[in-house]
Amino acid sequence: MSDHDYRPKSKLGQWFNDRLPLLTLANHLTDYPTPKNLNYWWTFGGILTFCLITQIVTGLTLAMHYIAHADMAFESVEHIMRDVNYGWLIRYIHANGASMFFLAVYIHIFRSLFYGSYKAPREIIWIIGIIIYLLMMAAAFMGYVLPWGQMSFWGATVITNLFSAIPLVGEGIVTWLWGGYSVDNPTLTRFFTLHYLIPFLILGLVVLHIWALHVPGNNNPVGIDVKKPSKDTVPFHPYIVIKDGFALLMFMIVFAFFVFYAPNILGHADNYIEANPMVTPAHIVPEWYLLPFYAILRSVPDKLLGVVAMLSAILILAVLPWLDTSKIRSAVFRPLYKQFYWILVADVLILGYVGAMPAEGLYLLIARVATAYYFLHFLVILPILGFKEKTLPVPLSITEPVLGGSPNLAAAKNKESKIE
Amino acid sequence: MSEKKTKRRDFLFTATTAVGAVGAAAVVWPMIDQMNPDASVKALASTEVDVSSLTPGNTLTVLWRGKPVFIRRRTQEEIDEARNVKMEDLIHPEKDEDRAKNPEWLVMLGVCTHLGCVPLNDKGDYNGWFCPCHGSHYDTSGRIRKGPAPWNMEVPKYEFVDANTIKIG
Repeated sequence: MSDHDYRPKSKLGQWFNDRLPLLTLANHLTDYPTPKNLNYWWTFGGILTFCLITQIVTGLTLAMHYIAHADMAFESVEHIMRDVNYGWLIRYIHANGASMFFLAVYIHIFRSLFYGSYKAPREIIWIIGIIIYLLMMAAAFMGYVLPWGQMSFWGATVITNLFSAIPLVGEGIVTWLWGGYSVDNPTLTRFFTLHYLIPFLILGLVVLHIWALHVPGNNNPVGIDVKKPSKDTVPFHPYIVIKDGFALLMFMIVFAFFVFYAPNILGHADNYIEANPMVTPAHIVPEWYLLPFYAILRSVPDKLLGVVAMLSAILILAVLPWLDTSKIRSAVFRPLYKQFYWILVADVLILGYVGAMPAEGLYLLIARVATAYYFLHFLVILPILGFKEKTLPVPLSITEPVLGGSPNLAAAKNKESKIE
Repeated sequence: MSEKKTKRRDFLFTATTAVGAVGAAAVVWPMIDQMNPDASVKALASTEVDVSSLTPGNTLTVLWRGKPVFIRRRTQEEIDEARNVKMEDLIHPEKDEDRAKNPEWLVMLGVCTHLGCVPLNDKGDYNGWFCPCHGSHYDTSGRIRKGPAPWNMEVPKYEFVDANTIKIG
């Protein structure tokens, strides 16, 4: 990389950098050559970093007032909402921040799916991303338990009971997770501990995610390799910083809308009723970002197989780089994949919708069809498509389509050399 | 590569690794086991319930080990319905006679065996219980008849201390 020969200008900087090359790192991040054709779908990495930091800062401040005890947790959350200075704001940012985090991560994931960002040589980036996603779900689930409302309690009961589907040791594992014979105080205190820990694990993985990204560099909408640095790239600062910053501002408007105008619209009213182990709410629904997987769980009539299907639906993403056999990354040059991509998007949205509906009649039928299609997409369509699909010609460079890209190689090269 | 010969150093390496692994496991186990139910949780093993106010056709729900327990005083109709079911119609075959020694009294954990919700009384296609979470139907003996739950609702250990008191656990 070009930054090996970087030397700070000031004497002090040089002295420091010779002992700890932090300034070399800062310079690498500033100069980092980025494809110049990145569109706004590429701004969600920065937005997600913002979301993580927001959750950590608001979470730390909430933890100063929250009491992790089955008898006091619910009251302490109400205390935060009513008595603590700006407590309502901090809690609403944290609660809606989780939803915003998932909104951004889903856009980020589907951007990767469209532009083939998971393909060689970026498999490790992708797999680290899937681990982060799994940890996000764990953190979100445990965080939702902490207010100790009815949805907290019964959500925790249902999700921990998923482990009871494991043959032989299942019941023992559930008792171990609970620290008792039902979800109770020991469960709450350990969930609080883990909810506090996981964001820092995610932070560590984000560093690895970005590190792995900076080895091959960004994928781009055209999906071809770029030489870096070259006229195909621009330095990260100021070009990408400004673009990311603008997108972040737009994102924060949406964020602020939820926090200030509809802070409870993404939650459930039942969670403002204190946990009661004697009464199950009439309709248990997880948070919206888990609904597609919940629909898959419910669409299988067998307990163990339902759990297996739900976990497989997530873990199948980890092996996606090897299921997609096409060498072409971007869907722009894959006319068939592009159509299947949008069908998959619709499929996941449908799963999310039926996940929120009662599991009966037509909803159940739709959930079953959508679940089958979800697996069909990854296990059958993608592997076959790589061999059967007739892809469009890929441009020679990022610059070529900008210059009105001609399929005639000589003409394109000629045009490029004129720019030089 | 020359043929491999076991040396003194290989032995030391293997022995050190083995002792290290045992030591690590000995330290890890307390870290894992501390999450299991503690002595104070286990101490809450039994509870006594006064059922004198319960009339036939009604259910009392009490909390035992953090879980609801249904105590149902069944009507003759319900008992007949439960006892006339053919074994081959059951997902988890159990005789009602084995579940309710005294046919009038049905005592069981009010916990759906699917994912742990509390089923609702007098609901469902079999006049027993219905779980609102994922749609499991139980009959008047608390046996699973339809839906994703794999087993009948569990009957805990219980006894009549006297005519009006049930001791659970």
